[in-house]
Amino acid sequence: MQVKEYKPLIVAFCCNWCSYAGADLAGNNRLSYPADVKIIRVPCSCRVNPMFILRAFQRGADGVIICGCHPGDCHYTSGNYYTRRRMAALFSMLDFLGIEKERTRVEWVSAAEGAKFAATMNEFAETVASLGENKRLEDLRCKR
Amino acid sequence: MQKITKDQLVEKTVALLSDGTVSAVLGWSRGEFDYDITPAVFKTAEDLKENFVWNDFCGANFSKYLVAQTGKVEGKILVFLKPCDTYSFNQLLTEHRFDREKVYAVGIPCEGMADIAKVKEIVGDGIVSIEADGENLKVSTLYEDAPALVNAKDVMAERCVNCKSKKHVAYDELMGDDGEVIESNRFDEVARLEAMTPDERFAFWQNELSRCIRCNACRDACPACTCEKCVFDNPASSVENKAPANSFEEKMFHIIRAFHVAGRCTDCGECSRVCPQNIPLHLLNRKFIKDINEFYGEYQAGAEVGSRAPLVDYTTEDLEPGEVFDRGDKDA
Ligand code: SF4
Ligand code: SF4
Ligand code: FES
Repeated sequence: MQVKEYKPLIVAFCCNWCSYAGADLAGNNRLSYPADVKIIRVPCSCRVNPMFILRAFQRGADGVIICGCHPGDCHYTSGNYYTRRRMAALFSMLDFLGIEKERTRVEWVSAAEGAKFAATMNEFAETVASLGENKRLEDLRCKR
Repeated sequence: MQKITKDQLVEKTVALLSDGTVSAVLGWSRGEFDYDITPAVFKTAEDLKENFVWNDFCGANFSKYLVAQTGKVEGKILVFLKPCDTYSFNQLLTEHRFDREKVYAVGIPCEGMADIAKVKEIVGDGIVSIEADGENLKVSTLYEDAPALVNAKDVMAERCVNCKSKKHVAYDELMGDDGEVIESNRFDEVARLEAMTPDERFAFWQNELSRCIRCNACRDACPACTCEKCVFDNPASSVENKAPANSFEEKMFHIIRAFHVAGRCTDCGECSRVCPQNIPLHLLNRKFIKDINEFYGEYQAGAEVGSRAPLVDYTTEDLEPGEVFDRGDKDA
């Protein structure tokens, strides 16, 4: 039997105006971060509905990270302030249900912070890898 | 045992109906059993005298019914509000869900409601009738000749044991005396769960949530859940109305349900009351309330009309989502 090497699948929601550009910059500068980080572009970090996060876990993500402009820099002025409150409440709830809190994260990454983007992803992927597969929010029907 | 009597309520209501102050009354009526009390709209004095009920099982919070009923009646509708119901009433007004002018709110005192599950734990199944008898409930069952006497205090619903307020925050007229906001122990159970390890918490919720049959009663009864088009009714949402296929769907539903009312939930406890599976759902809502209080300052939804719910508000100094775990957390 062949044992598949475990590599965490990470979904990164990146806002169009800062973090997605930050990811671009990381690419332009040839900084490396794991290929298993799948970026989903959203107009603003506050576009991320808690359901998106749960759906990502359902579809096989082992970690979900939301990246947006730094507080005060949101293209829509205040979107990321709402993100901050919502995700604080949601992450705390996930923890309350016994789901590993290290699997979810919010980071602020500006368009100039390509290096921060790569470093964040490397570090997050490592953290998630050390947790192993997502079992507590998995949906067996979606397993390949 | 309730201090105010059914006769007092009926008398008051009949008077207001006959002098034309109101044209309909939202009240309680008997359902299939004595303990299965159902909300009803009364339009005549005869109907009221015959079918109106007021006892220890009148837990139903009528605030949400106003959303539909105010649109259906000509003139005003009378609604009875227990102290906890008044918070939901205010919250709905804050959200512009009904026309205040169409409502005549009568605040009534409440001594705490009974939980039929607790009664059944004591007397067993086969209950044929329940009557108030002083401090006690007189319960007759199919299997015993003599009725059992159960102290009302021993079977009080959890939400009433941990009642947060005997004070009415909204009314047009008050019957009986008003009470005070109470320092309750309602967050103790949440704190107990928080003190567990993640594994224990996971096991606890797996056990509770796996009983959910997705009847949606919790959503339907919740006065904070009044969207006309609910995400759970949308077949494309992946959380549409059907029995959970696996534990993921159970958790998904419960996280989303609780999240949608976070910051607006008044902690009325209707969700847990109506759950046929006795899932302690209110603990999820209370977790949000406790967190919100700790993160953004004390907030009681519905305490006043027009206050801004914490999750649709912000300050530039709010804590970061990662910091929520650094609060001297046991498992940090
Ligand atoms: S009322 Fe209880 S069983 Fe019904 S959907 Fe809600 S939690 Fe599930
Ligand atoms: S979630 Fe439960 S406790 Fe909160 S308002 Fe709705 S029914 Fe009441
Ligand atoms: S646009 Fe980047 S967080 Fe709002």
